[in-house]
Amino acid sequence: MSHKKQNRSVPISSLVVGLKTGLIGAILTVLLSLIGMVEAFSQREIIHEIISMGHALLLLAGCFIAYFSAKRTLLEKKSLILVNSLIAGILSSGSLILLVVLGHFVNLRSVFINASPVLFNLLLLGQGIEKGSLLLILIGALIGLFSGTLYLFPARIRKAMVLPLSSVLLAGVLQDLLRPTLSAWGPLSKLSDWLFTANGLSLSGAITLALFIGIGSHFWSSKGKGIQERMKNLSLRKRRIITYSGFLILIFLLLLLPHLLGLFLSEVLTIVGLYILLGLGLNIVVGYAGLLDLGYVAFFAIGAYTTAILTSPELGFFHLSFWSALPIAILMGIVSGVLLGIPVLKMRGDYLAIATLGFGEIIRILVLSDFLRPWLGGAQGIGKIPKATIGSFEFARPQDIYYLILAGCLLVVFISLRLKDSRIGRAWMAMREDEDVAQAMGINLVSTKLLAFATGAGFSALSGAIFASKLGSVYPHSFNVMISINVVCLIIVGGMGSIPGVMVGAFALVGLPELLREFAEYRLLVYGAALVAMMLLKPEGLWPEAIRRRELHEESEEKTSRESTEETSV
Amino acid sequence: MLQRIRERLTLTDMIMWVIGAVLLAMMTWGSIATIKAETYTLHHWFDFIIFGLAQGSIYALIAMGYTMVYGVLRMINFAHSEVFMSGPYTAYYVAAAFYSSGLLDQYPILCLMVIFVVAMITSSGIAFLLERVAYRPLRTAPRLIPLITAIGASFFLQYVFRGLFGSGFQAYPVVKILEGEWTFGEFRLLKFQVIVILAAALLLAALYSFIQQTKVGKAIRAVSEDKETAYLMGIDVDRMISTTFVIGGMAAGAAGVLYALMFKQVHFFMGFIPGIKAFTAAVLGGIGNIPGAMLGGIFLGLIESIGPSLFLGGLGIVAPYQLKDAIAFTMLVLVLIFRPTGILGERLAVKKA
Repeated sequence: MSHKKQNRSVPISSLVVGLKTGLIGAILTVLLSLIGMVEAFSQREIIHEIISMGHALLLLAGCFIAYFSAKRTLLEKKSLILVNSLIAGILSSGSLILLVVLGHFVNLRSVFINASPVLFNLLLLGQGIEKGSLLLILIGALIGLFSGTLYLFPARIRKAMVLPLSSVLLAGVLQDLLRPTLSAWGPLSKLSDWLFTANGLSLSGAITLALFIGIGSHFWSSKGKGIQERMKNLSLRKRRIITYSGFLILIFLLLLLPHLLGLFLSEVLTIVGLYILLGLGLNIVVGYAGLLDLGYVAFFAIGAYTTAILTSPELGFFHLSFWSALPIAILMGIVSGVLLGIPVLKMRGDYLAIATLGFGEIIRILVLSDFLRPWLGGAQGIGKIPKATIGSFEFARPQDIYYLILAGCLLVVFISLRLKDSRIGRAWMAMREDEDVAQAMGINLVSTKLLAFATGAGFSALSGAIFASKLGSVYPHSFNVMISINVVCLIIVGGMGSIPGVMVGAFALVGLPELLREFAEYRLLVYGAALVAMMLLKPEGLWPEAIRRRELHEESEEKTSRESTEETSV
Repeated sequence: MLQRIRERLTLTDMIMWVIGAVLLAMMTWGSIATIKAETYTLHHWFDFIIFGLAQGSIYALIAMGYTMVYGVLRMINFAHSEVFMSGPYTAYYVAAAFYSSGLLDQYPILCLMVIFVVAMITSSGIAFLLERVAYRPLRTAPRLIPLITAIGASFFLQYVFRGLFGSGFQAYPVVKILEGEWTFGEFRLLKFQVIVILAAALLLAALYSFIQQTKVGKAIRAVSEDKETAYLMGIDVDRMISTTFVIGGMAAGAAGVLYALMFKQVHFFMGFIPGIKAFTAAVLGGIGNIPGAMLGGIFLGLIESIGPSLFLGGLGIVAPYQLKDAIAFTMLVLVLIFRPTGILGERLAVKKA
């Protein structure tokens, strides 16, 4: 609905661009420092004794801003591009000097709790004010020039430069994941000892890794197309053999995974798995049927609480085993899905969202209240929920529960896949595109919608039941709105309606933050910024459904053609 | 005749009516039982109503931002609760400085004005930036995408404030002239509640007349009616949308200071619950409808403060006040079931959504 010609992305040929983006960069770097991210992240080193994550963060921000400034400048004037990115780089780093100087004269700490001498020392690279500021300006100029030249290089060289740097960065950030995983494998432990020091990569390791990745990407960009083409030319049978063997290896890896990863990472995997279950359930409601449900956590809670009530000896109503409670929990989920679905049948869009949000809250508040305490345990929750057992084997450790969740995920993925191409699946998608047209084509909206709610709720209840037996206790506080919002976000980040997308989304939004736990304070900050950036840059999701990608693509094509006709008519 | 009614009534409709009737019957039964039991005197009810009005008028002010933004962009601005939080949080430092220098006791009214202005400027600034950075590039995107962006922006803002100012509660300084109470015969009025109600009423009136009577207000209404046509009439649509965010932000900032004065503290997460409540209020009144948002806010505030004791107390429910949010949300669901467009809304839920 934009009526003006979009002049935001049109490159401009003046120094104003550099000044403007530089100002944004200045605000960004100061904000990063004052929020405390620089100080907190500086404890983890990317390359041992050379660069810490805090400094890397600032460098990254500076590079990004300078690159952006170069991109906004008119392409014909090469020198201007360099000047603009230089200005942006210097402004981004220079603002930090300003911050430090200001901090020396005024007690900033009475307002901004992170403006400590430690931070100032970090910002000046431990060099004192004069030398430090000179160094900062120099670094700013360097990253400005670096980003400017990066922009001017052809895409292939740009890629070969960025990829090694980003992989070193990634290896440094994820060192806690990589180091234990690598050292668990006999021969690879030598490699990991050589690559990593106690904190950060070793210098030689980092250089080797960068060279390795750089050469690899160069090789792939020159030879990769040939390999892909050869794959395409293989006979159908051979290709099928390759896909099936790949699939088998995948299953095998999935089965082995907890033994390779150890306790902590298995725990992370189980959490991600529970979210995948939730996501696949909500994917049916939101992704397939297009009904935005923000109260989805209610069914998760219902599944968990049903299991708890049926199995826990603490309340003493029933003493079922996990396996006999599970079908009842799922059934309860389905029934409540239908019951809560009925009142919202006629609502659309935001009204549906807010009504379901209300339902989710009502359920949580009811569970929390003293009124239902004799039955649901109130704020103390229900404890002593027995673990699931098969024979004498108990699903107690995260490594064991992983298999339970894996089985659940496989089942749910299978059902989702089958549903997607079924009659009902197509009815859901028709309803998502246009309810009125779908109804006109003879789709019974009531039963179709209720089926979507019921299926989604059933999956969610399954997830809840496993969650209850995993933790051994349930508390009302585990079931707040944030879970619903998280699940909606992971579906959309992954790509609406796409099953692999849900998994990618769950790993990105739930798995990654778990791995970076020591930065827990900034987890949601980064999460929020990533969500916004994601929606601005890649709204179709990380792994979109093929149809949806095509649709979005078509739309943009149509738009550009329309815009160009508009421009010519003007 | 009967035949026709039977044709129009579907099973789901009947179930909905049954649910509604049961809930209504329970409410009436509870109310009668409470009144008969006479656990609460007239004083109590009076206190409940005043508290409900104070809370409700704050909700109404926040709801204005939701409803106006929904009017022009047709999106739920999830980050509005952070716009609400940012104002009083920033103004807290001004207030603390006034307090420690003793100015707050010497010139309380002037200081309060400054606090309000600072909060309103911060909130509207944040709202403006939010629209500019996060929402404007997404005007043509499918509906879900701005919603997710808003959720992301909301997290981001919350944790930026947490990072900048810390995760603890900051105690808002006590303003002496707002303490104490007035007594009228048997009834007593807490001063700050009265002042909150008056200030909110004043602001709401100002806002309403701005929207109804000024040229800019007219333009905003035109944009929320039909963007294309408004554009053709020579209205700068982008600017009007920005203005809407700024005005909504100002209302939220003022509401935030009132809220902080009422509960005497600020926290980076303080916006979440009032934000959801205010959105509920906006939907109750009919989203996109400005008088509706005011009415919905006050209605919600009253229901929350009277409801637990009136409806649930008589039913013998333990600790009914814990269920006040459940009552608020049940109210919302009931209104959405029986009048999907809200109390004053047009039939928007079906037509435009």
